[in-house]
Amino acid sequence: MALKTSPEVGGMGHSIKRKEDPRFIRGKGTYVDDVVLPGMLYLDIVRSPFAHAKIKKIDISKATAIPGVLAVITGQDLAKYNLHWMPTLMSDTQMVLPVEKVMYQAQEVAAVLATTRYAAADGVAAVEVEYEPLPVVVDPKKALEPGAPVLRTDKKDKKDNHIWHWEWGNKADTDRAFTEADVTVKQDIYIPRIHVASIETCGCVAHFDKVNDKLTVWMTTQAPHVIRTVFALVAGHVGLEEHKIRIISPDIGGGFGGKVPVYPGYVIAVAASVLTGKPVKWIEDRMENLQADSFARNYHITAELAATKDGTLTALRIKTLADHGYTDAAANPSKFPAGLFHVCTGSYDLKAAHVEVDGAYTNKPPGGIAYRCSFRVTEAVHTIERMVDIMAHQLGTDPAEFRMKNFIKPEQFPYKSALGWEYDSGNYAGALHKAMDTIGYAELRREQAEKRKRGELMGIGISSFTEIVGAGPSKHFDILGLKMFDSCEIRIHPTGKAIARFGTKSQGQGHETTYAQILAEELGIPAKDIKVEEGDTDTAPYGLGTYASRSTPVAGAAAAMASRKIQDKARKIAAHLLEAAPEDLVWEPGKFSVKGAPNRSKTIQEIAFAAYTNHPQGMEAGLEAVSYYDPPNLTYPFGSYICVVDIDKGTGDVKVRRFVAIDDCGNIINPMIVQGQVHGGLSMGLAPALFEEISYDEIGNVQGGSFIDYLLPTAVETPKWETGHTVTPSPHHPLGAKGVGESATVGAPAAIANAVVDALWHLGVRHIDIPITPPKVWRLLRDKGVTE
Amino acid sequence: MLVKVAINGEKHEAEVEPRLLLVHMIRENLRLTGTHIGCDTSHCGACTVLLDGRPVKSCTMFAVQAHGREITTVEGLEQDGKLHPLQEGFMAEHGLQCGYCTPGMLMTSVAFLKKNPTPTEDEIRRAISGNLCRCTGYVNIVKSIQHAAATLQGGA
Repeated sequence: MALKTSPEVGGMGHSIKRKEDPRFIRGKGTYVDDVVLPGMLYLDIVRSPFAHAKIKKIDISKATAIPGVLAVITGQDLAKYNLHWMPTLMSDTQMVLPVEKVMYQAQEVAAVLATTRYAAADGVAAVEVEYEPLPVVVDPKKALEPGAPVLRTDKKDKKDNHIWHWEWGNKADTDRAFTEADVTVKQDIYIPRIHVASIETCGCVAHFDKVNDKLTVWMTTQAPHVIRTVFALVAGHVGLEEHKIRIISPDIGGGFGGKVPVYPGYVIAVAASVLTGKPVKWIEDRMENLQADSFARNYHITAELAATKDGTLTALRIKTLADHGYTDAAANPSKFPAGLFHVCTGSYDLKAAHVEVDGAYTNKPPGGIAYRCSFRVTEAVHTIERMVDIMAHQLGTDPAEFRMKNFIKPEQFPYKSALGWEYDSGNYAGALHKAMDTIGYAELRREQAEKRKRGELMGIGISSFTEIVGAGPSKHFDILGLKMFDSCEIRIHPTGKAIARFGTKSQGQGHETTYAQILAEELGIPAKDIKVEEGDTDTAPYGLGTYASRSTPVAGAAAAMASRKIQDKARKIAAHLLEAAPEDLVWEPGKFSVKGAPNRSKTIQEIAFAAYTNHPQGMEAGLEAVSYYDPPNLTYPFGSYICVVDIDKGTGDVKVRRFVAIDDCGNIINPMIVQGQVHGGLSMGLAPALFEEISYDEIGNVQGGSFIDYLLPTAVETPKWETGHTVTPSPHHPLGAKGVGESATVGAPAAIANAVVDALWHLGVRHIDIPITPPKVWRLLRDKGVTE
Repeated sequence: MLVKVAINGEKHEAEVEPRLLLVHMIRENLRLTGTHIGCDTSHCGACTVLLDGRPVKSCTMFAVQAHGREITTVEGLEQDGKLHPLQEGFMAEHGLQCGYCTPGMLMTSVAFLKKNPTPTEDEIRRAISGNLCRCTGYVNIVKSIQHAAATLQGGA
C-alpha cells in the first residue's frame, strides 16, 4: 500500500512508536490494583475444595472475630436480594455465591470483607464450611450416559446433563459426498481446556457513592459498556439503574478473552460496596484466576474428510462434544452456541460440510472464552488443518502441494463456503508460496529425507488458516440482544488537535497509537496531536468492546467513517473560507485546495479554527462526529505458517527449530505493531501446542491450577519467530484492513502438531493431541520401539 | 516491626507486620505501583526489583528481610529526566504491549547487563526466563535488551 501521509503525520503504514509506552516503561500505568480510594475495604473469597458437594453449614464466627474482618457474605445473604444467581451471556444461569451446593473445585463459597488485604485472607482461612460430597462428573462423555448424576438440580425439569444440540450445513449432501468418496479419513481430536493466563489477573474496585447515588467500578474488562448494561439488567431491581453506573476499564494487563465475562467476584464486590457504602477492592490471585475464571476450548472432536482419488477434497463431517463445566457461560454471539466453529471448512474449496456440536455439563468451572481467538476459530482451524494433513499423508502427497490443489482460488472471492460464510478476499496460494520460499521448503524436505535415513526425527508442518473476525453484521451478531456494532466519536479542537473516544478497550494492542493513525490518515492531523481514550462508560460512545479481533474491523472502520463525516463538514467550511464551491475543492490528507489552483488552500488546522470562529452562516459551529459502525460482513484474515521441529528420541522433547509465519491482514495500520501482535499470537499458539493444559482427576481436582504446573512458555522455549506478510485488502472495510491480533494463535498450533506428526508418520503415528508434551511423545516412541 | 530501607535513593521507614510481603510494602505502603504482582509462586517475575543491585522477586520476600538495604524499582530507573537505556530500548524495539510484565523485565535486564554487558541472544533469553510475558513473544524484548546493550557499550 502506498503511503498517503508523511512520517510526521504518521497515517497508515508508518511504524510510529507507541503513545502508550512512556507511561508503561516508567511504571506509571494505572492497572486496577493500583487504584486506591480512601476508606477502601478488601474482599477475599472462600473457595470449595470439592468439585461437587452440598453445603451443610457455613460457620463465620471465627472469621468475624478476627480484627479487621467486617463481614462474611454468603449465598444466603445475596439470596435476600435475589443476587445469588446471575444470567450468563448464553442465557444459562451461574451462581454468584451458592446456597445449596458447589459445582466445581475452587468455586466461590463465601466472601470476607475486611479493612486490609491480609485481614481478609485471615478471614478466608477462618471460615468453616461443612460439606457433604456428591458424586462427581468429570468426563463429558460419561455426563451424557444414561444414569449419570444430574448436575443442574436447580433446574426443575432437567433430567440429564445435555445442554444443547446445534448443527449447521447440509447433512444429506455431506453424507452423499462421503458415500461417493474414493478416500475418507477419520480422526478423534481433543482440544484441551486451557486458560489465557494474562499476567495481570482479574479484579475490581467497586465504589458506591451513597450521597450521589452512583456506582463507579474500575474493573478488568474488555467490554465496559456491555458490563454496565449487564449490571443494570441484573441489579436494576435493587436500584442500580444504568445511568447510575459508571464502568472504568483502566490499563489492562492482557485480556485475550479472559476479561470478557462477568465473574462472581465482581458482583460480590459491587454488592459489598452498595451494602457498606465504602469502596471495595477484589483482586484475585493467580490460582483463583487459573482455577475459577473462564476456560477456553475443551472440545472433543470427531472429524471426517472425504476426497476423490486424485486428491480433490469434497466434504467435511464433524461431531463435537463441548465440555462447558457446570453452566454454559461461554462468551459467544447469542445465535451461535458453538461460536464460529462452522468456519471449519477453512481455506479449502469443499462442496459439502456438516457440523454438529453437543454441549454437556460437568463438575468444572464454566467458561468457553476464546484464548485469543474469534469464537472457536482455533478449534475449527486446528481440526481442518490436522485433517487436511492426514489426508495428504494418506494419499502420499506433499502437504504443501495438497493444500495448493485444494485452496479456494483468488478468483473465487467473494467466496460462499459450504457452511454459508461469505469470505471477503484471499490469496491462500500466495501466502503459502511466500512461506515456502522464506523457509526453503524444498531444501528442508531433502534434509528430512536424509535425516530419516539416519534415524533422526525431523518434521515439517504447515498450517494455511483462514480466520473469521470483526463480529459483526448486526443481522447475525448480538450479545444479549445488543447488536455488535462499534463506535468512534471525534472532537477536533479549535487549534486543530483532537480527541477520539471509542467503544472498544485496548489490553496491550496499542489502540492509542493505531486509532490515532487512522485519524491521521483520514484527516491529515498528525497522530501525535490526537488523544485516544477508551474504557470509561461515562465519556466513551457505546460499543461492544475488544475481543475476537474486532477493534480494527469494527471500531477502526468507525474511526474512518467518523473522520469522513468531519471531512465532509470541513469541505463546506473550506469552501466558505476559499470562496469556492465545495465540489471544486480537492482533498489531500491535511488540506483542501481549489481544483486547478493548488496555492489556494486551507489546512485542516485552519478549517478547525474556523469551525469555532468563522463558520458559515446557517451551519452549526464545531467540528465533531460520531459513527456507530455496523460492518456489512466479517473480515477473513489468513496466512500460511511453516514449522520445523526436531524430536529428541531420548526424552520425547520437541524443539521448534524454525517457524515462518506469513500473515495477510489486509492493509496494515502500523507494521511494527502488527508484527508485535503476530509475535505474541505465535507464542500463544506455541503454548497450547506444547505446554498448557488444565485437566482434572476423577474426583474433579484441578491439575494445572498454578504456574507450577500450568506452563507458560518462557523466552527459552519460545523460538525466534520469523514473520512476513502479503496484502490482500478487505473489499468492504473502509480502510481495507482485516484485524490481526489473534491470527497467529489460531494458526500456529496446527503447524506445530502437523510438524510433529510429519516427523513420526513413517512410524505409523497419525495424530497426537495437543499439548504435545515430552512424556506423550516419549511413550509413542517407546511403543514404536525407537526410543534411545 | 520497624523496617528501614532506601528505595530509589530515598530513605523510608515503616512499621509493618512481620509477614508483610516486600511487594506489598513497595506497592501499598510506599505507593510505588510500577512493581506488579502476577502470580503466587515466583514464576512470573512481574514483581522483580533490585535489592542491593541484585534482582529479587519481591512477592517472595518479607519486607523485614529488606531492612537496612537498598531497593531499586522501575520508578528509580529514570535519572534527572533521562530514561535508562533499557527504557529507551523497550520503546524503540516495541518490547512491550500491555506493559504489565515490563517493569519486572526492565529490572531483571538492568542487573543482567551490568553483569554481562555484551550478551549473546541465548544468554539474554536465559537471563529473562524468570520473567513471563504473554503479549510479545519475547522476540522484541530480546531486541530491546540488545538495543540497550549497544547504547551502554557506545556510551562507555
